[in-house]
Amino acid sequence: MIEETVTIKNKAGMHTRPAATIVKMAAKYKCDFYITKDDLHINGKSIIGVMTLAAEMGSKVILTFEGEDENEAAKEIIDYFNRGFDEL
Amino acid sequence: MKSFHKVFNEAENKISGVAAAPGIVVANAYLYIKDKLEINHSRVTDTEEAIKNFDESLAKSKKELSKILDLAKEKMNDTRIAIFEAQVMILDDPVLIDKIKERIGNERMQPESIVDDEISKYQKIMIASEETYLKERAHDIEDIKNRIIRNLQKKRWESKIPHDAVVVSDSLTPADTILFTKSHAQAFITDHGGLTSHAAIISRSLNIPAVVGTHNSTQKIKDGDTLIVDGFHGYVIINPNKEQIEFFKTKHERLVELQKGLEEFVDKPAMTKDGREINLMANVDVTGEIDLVVSSGAKGIGLYRTEQIIDELGEIPNEEEQVRIYTNLSSRIYPESFIIRAFDIGGDKFKLFDYDEPNPFLGLRGIRFLLENPVLLKTQVRAVLRASYNKNIKFMLPMVSTIGEIRKTKDLIEECKKELRHEKINFDKNLKVGIMVEVPSAAVMANEFAREVDFLSIGTNDLIQYLMAVDRGNDLVADLYQEFNPAVVKTLSFIINEGKKEGIEVSLCGEMAADTLAIPLLIGLGLESLSIAPTTILYAKRIIRNISYENAKKMADDCLSCHYEYQVAERIEKFFEENKITRTRNII
Repeated sequence: MIEETVTIKNKAGMHTRPAATIVKMAAKYKCDFYITKDDLHINGKSIIGVMTLAAEMGSKVILTFEGEDENEAAKEIIDYFNRGFDEL
Repeated sequence: MKSFHKVFNEAENKISGVAAAPGIVVANAYLYIKDKLEINHSRVTDTEEAIKNFDESLAKSKKELSKILDLAKEKMNDTRIAIFEAQVMILDDPVLIDKIKERIGNERMQPESIVDDEISKYQKIMIASEETYLKERAHDIEDIKNRIIRNLQKKRWESKIPHDAVVVSDSLTPADTILFTKSHAQAFITDHGGLTSHAAIISRSLNIPAVVGTHNSTQKIKDGDTLIVDGFHGYVIINPNKEQIEFFKTKHERLVELQKGLEEFVDKPAMTKDGREINLMANVDVTGEIDLVVSSGAKGIGLYRTEQIIDELGEIPNEEEQVRIYTNLSSRIYPESFIIRAFDIGGDKFKLFDYDEPNPFLGLRGIRFLLENPVLLKTQVRAVLRASYNKNIKFMLPMVSTIGEIRKTKDLIEECKKELRHEKINFDKNLKVGIMVEVPSAAVMANEFAREVDFLSIGTNDLIQYLMAVDRGNDLVADLYQEFNPAVVKTLSFIINEGKKEGIEVSLCGEMAADTLAIPLLIGLGLESLSIAPTTILYAKRIIRNISYENAKKMADDCLSCHYEYQVAERIEKFFEENKITRTRNII
């Protein structure tokens, strides 16, 4: 299992567009992917779930990956968070 | 020439609401009343059949939405269409869909009942959030939920409306809004919703005027009524007379003319022909306006009216809530500066507390009120400090009339800093503190006050009211509320010069800055910073880029020697003619 805490870097936070992109990325992999913010634990492959997270700039979320292709999935998704959802 | 305000006030049959998207339209009303969905909570015998029905409803919904998505792609930019893409994705959401199917199988209930229950769970989380945009998002989810349920019930839905109509509705979903553009909807009026509602945001990006949050438009307006919709002011006139239509049509033509070519100014600096750059900032009332500010080409926020948070939430936000709001807004506008004005409670706004004051405008308001309620002020100061670590936040005090008030507030700020240091919380040690100059005593003492603070911001609405001793809401004396009275011009000049002597920034916020006639005068008087409504930024930029400071200064010097208001106005009008600048009296 891979667990990593990431910080939301873009001004607008995790709004609808990045939420949709994250879910699309996650759908390509077999491994389980969860996002945890405060007391909400959300399946990262569920768009409606990810949309319930309010993650503004500067807030931290925990990403967990578990399954055969967890390394590849973690690499792509963590990288997307670190690039500030390409909105920097 | 009559003003919008006067024409609207004189109209008999009218509605006002939130001006959500600019523009003026005269067209016929179409009442769009949505059937309320009745949900069938009965049991099913054949669960396989039920799951098959559910799958079909998803397929049908997908088909409908993909049409809307195509339309949206045609009409809007990428960030705005994300909401429709997300709705399509929800129809494929593996977690949600599997869960619903599993429950239909286990509970043997009508799919529509399960869909309603399952999706509502997510909406509840969103509504419970303190973030406005998440609450709005719950509406978007409502839209997709209703779409699936409607398709389960095999009901058709009305998206064809008469062409060129003003759509009047209880509320509008983003999908409604987009679909109605196919029938060339001319304007939108809704009972509910605010500036941040998706319908409002989409109207703005589609350039269709909208007035939202009118409370009772669906009751007052009948199908086919002729309407004037003024999305600049949030005015709606029902079955207007010829004169009113004429007035708004003329205004509209002028506005269309003036709007031409405005976009080119977004990325250009607000600089005069002779190279003097004016710091053009935006006023923000509602948090949702931040998008407008970002796209308007404003250099930061010159006035954030925090009392509006109380209005939005219906209660005083606690420290954590305030920290979140200020942090969010200041990071959106970073690295430009973000001026937070302390709660301006009292006067005619926000009678939060039940003081019975015979004369509230001369009573306990602004900083006076806050110093009487130190817990409230302290909570706000702590929140401002905690949000200030990016160093782009400034703090501004309203209604200051004595030096004592400045010192007391500064002591309280120091006290808060000490606490935060003790709590090891990071903040901007040099948080800039400024005051509003809106009381004559503050104007007279501008130099002495300037030595105590980091910046001055002239609030013209109150300053003129107190200087001329006139309540502009009182029709009997409203004529005496004169923006261009020489006494006002001289006072502005005095404040600007005294502030500059102390080397601090002097800016101006208030309706005067949105009066095109005033802009060259204010710049000529030496102002280098203005804060105006985000929708007016580009108009102001165009004027600034068309004048030279040197000429404006000559004109302002002439105005300073005038004796009557009309002389000042005439001198400024001459300036516009000489410089061949077209304008309307009010930019909006």
